[in-house]
Amino acid sequence: MSEEIIKDVMVGENEDYIINMGPQHPSTHGVLRLEVCLKGETVKYLIPHIGYIHRGIEKMCEADTYQQLIHLTDRMDYLSAHMNNEAVCLCVEDALQVEIPERVKYIRTILDELNRIASHQLWWCAFGMDLGALTSFFYGLRDREHILDIFEESFGSRLLHSFVMPGGLMHDVHPNFQKRTKEFIKYFRKKLPEYDQLLTGNIIFQNRAKGIGYMSRETAIGYGVTGPSGRGSNFACDVRKIAPYGAYDKVQFNEILGTGCDTFARYQVRMAEMWESMNIIEQLIDNIPEGDYTAKMKPIIKLPAGEYFRRVETARGELAVYVVSDGNKTPYRMKFRTPNFSNLFVLNTLASGHKIADLIAISGSLDLVIPDIDR
Amino acid sequence: MSSNLYDFSTLTGSIHAALSGMMSSGWVVFTELVLIGLLFLLFYALLGLFLVYLERKVCAIIQNRVGPNRVGKWGLLQTIADLIKLLLKELIPIRKADPILFNLAPFIVILASFMAMAALPFAKGLQAVDFNIGVFYVMAVSSLGVVGILLAGWSSNSKYSLIGAIRSGAQIVSYELSVGLSILAIVVFSGTMQLSGIVESQADGWWLFKGHIPALIAFVIFLIASTAEINRGPFDLAEAESELTAGFHTEYSGIKFAFFFLAEYINMFIVAAIGATVFLGGWMPFHIGNWEGFNHIMNYIPSIVWFFLKTFFIVYLIMWFKWTFPRLRIDQLLTLEWKYLLPISLVNIVFIAFIVLMGWHF
Amino acid sequence: MNSIIEYFTDLFKGLSSLWAGMRVTGKYFISPGAIVTQQYPENRKTLKMEDRFKGEIIMPHDENNQHACTGCGICEMNCPNGSIEIITDRVPNAEGKLERVIDKHIYHLSMCTFCGLCVKTCPSNALAFGQKFEHAVFDRSKLTKVLNQPGSSLKKEAKK
Repeated sequence: MSEEIIKDVMVGENEDYIINMGPQHPSTHGVLRLEVCLKGETVKYLIPHIGYIHRGIEKMCEADTYQQLIHLTDRMDYLSAHMNNEAVCLCVEDALQVEIPERVKYIRTILDELNRIASHQLWWCAFGMDLGALTSFFYGLRDREHILDIFEESFGSRLLHSFVMPGGLMHDVHPNFQKRTKEFIKYFRKKLPEYDQLLTGNIIFQNRAKGIGYMSRETAIGYGVTGPSGRGSNFACDVRKIAPYGAYDKVQFNEILGTGCDTFARYQVRMAEMWESMNIIEQLIDNIPEGDYTAKMKPIIKLPAGEYFRRVETARGELAVYVVSDGNKTPYRMKFRTPNFSNLFVLNTLASGHKIADLIAISGSLDLVIPDIDR
Repeated sequence: MSSNLYDFSTLTGSIHAALSGMMSSGWVVFTELVLIGLLFLLFYALLGLFLVYLERKVCAIIQNRVGPNRVGKWGLLQTIADLIKLLLKELIPIRKADPILFNLAPFIVILASFMAMAALPFAKGLQAVDFNIGVFYVMAVSSLGVVGILLAGWSSNSKYSLIGAIRSGAQIVSYELSVGLSILAIVVFSGTMQLSGIVESQADGWWLFKGHIPALIAFVIFLIASTAEINRGPFDLAEAESELTAGFHTEYSGIKFAFFFLAEYINMFIVAAIGATVFLGGWMPFHIGNWEGFNHIMNYIPSIVWFFLKTFFIVYLIMWFKWTFPRLRIDQLLTLEWKYLLPISLVNIVFIAFIVLMGWHF
Repeated sequence: MNSIIEYFTDLFKGLSSLWAGMRVTGKYFISPGAIVTQQYPENRKTLKMEDRFKGEIIMPHDENNQHACTGCGICEMNCPNGSIEIITDRVPNAEGKLERVIDKHIYHLSMCTFCGLCVKTCPSNALAFGQKFEHAVFDRSKLTKVLNQPGSSLKKEAKK
């Protein structure tokens, strides 16, 4: 009986060695299941199975008003919760054609970048841990704590802060916000070189990451791989540059592009983005204009009938929101184009022909957040 | 110049004499064997518990954490609590596992580490068996452990375990060479394979200092290769928890897992002890040339303290490696051995032979 | 010859990069002052959460056991998860008119996602976030709380 079941599960040929990586596996970062076919230690192919944490966020959004559905978007890519919130808000603001105050734009942009740094820090910890350097995990979390403390002071929550509302912000930022953000930047500018000493320069790390998981620019575009993973393959896909939102049109920053196309290039892009995010914050933090923290909004938002689309750059790539409204207070249909969904399915192309250990490194370098894939 | 203070041979000799007065010589040998066995069992258990505690504290401080601090003062009883937990845990039988091999594997692993301990010179006159080929014996016995790991991986009938076991086999077979060659370097210097003889030959200075640069190279190679041989640090491919969940001991639970766990830590102690004995003068005190006063003070520190100081220094080095470096990939692991460590140690040994031939060492 | 030089430069570059990493961890090993762990249950006395910390939703009562909730139901309507239930009652006031007062303001902590919409939309500022965060209980029913205290009444000046 059980023999037959095993036979059914094995999809490959008889001599194939098939292992199920996940849904409970230390380095699939959640409940992702990879069906990996091995030949010795080498990965022949892999099939990702998703849906273990599907909550039906898109469907749930159809029952909520536009203010209410904000808190659901937090739970997609929980590491860039702020950007997710902002995507929906921008879409609603577009539809209503409200002019949001400058102050809101500045604060949103600063929070975007703080959130991006926090997310990249967590990625760095987890990536180091995937490669077996456990100490990096604690150093990353230690520094991330400073950002989370800033968030906690201003929004009251550390990770899932439904802080952005259609039309503005939930409430104004804490009076200490500017001071603490500047303190953090000063602190982190000292700590970030330590990351390089511990991991980037390390010969073992470089050998593990260089030349692994080659993703050509064509592959990246073909699969729709965006964010730092796509930019590591020289694919200029930064929404902050292509279609600036918030205060991104008022700051000078570089779009980090890597040319290596491998795991190490993706790593370097993320490390450089942390520096770049700090530059953006420094340009904005002293110039936050005075003003209201929200535009005048009606208590019940009804979007005019029609279709609306907005995209933002989250820490992992391009998040697009597509709303169909029939004029009611709830959306008729809500669709999220989440970055991780596209980033996951390139994994088979990248990892085939590499060792198991490389598969872990490659999936780590794509920085997958599983709830974002399943929604 | 060697210290005659704190010589354990007087103690062991008097015990032997007392026993000889009571019974025939055959029974004396038997009683002594039982006594030594019990002593080693106790030492083994206590050392294992302490090393686990030490590792957790060291890694915690490196990672800006506090580490175990709830059970007992500074968390000293934490590992004992863990041991009790492991003893009480259910031994989960694996369906379709090979029951005999599955149960045998942890014992082979622990036996290998236990046997290696017998030949270690802990202090002056404190050594269970002083083989005239002590180095050879330790090398031979400590590599038996891989048989247990291979059996564990094979008999678990789990895919992750099998990959871990095969990796471990390839790894230990290759790194055995470098460990052997780097120790052989000192054997060439001292002209003996007897561990007590190697220690005696370092009475006027440790081989690490006496042997010029080749000895230093041999020491570095020994550190790297022995870390790999005990499946630790950046070379823990057999376990590789981010790839293979737990590698060869994925399917083990309770006390059988504890055996693997304990053996890993004791193996770490054993390689550190061999390193300390061979390169850092074993239980010999630290002496500097003609500083008679300084050397005299050093002689007052008991030899057993010297031995443990040096051993735990190397244990700390191995821990430091583990908590700093990322893990290697299997092909890089083998590249490191066959392209770097092995050629270097081979050339190194030729150099050393030349130095010894010319009498250039101190 | 070049390849031999390359071999050794690679070797030494590799070793020095390893040493750079060991310096970082070694530095933290000898400076235990860098430990960042908070001793949580021990520091309960001194632990102070931020003022805006979203621990739970509370209804502030003043010294006369009066709150500001009129029972309008806007928070119940705005809650995306249905974690708020309001049971109102009609009692005659001094002028003999029937007036709406809350009987129970039920808050299901187990369903709350702390989005903050109830606090933001409350027209009479009757709700606020509390800083208590130790919510672990052995029985799920204990997570259902009644926010208005027994015998409490509506603040008169809140009603304009």
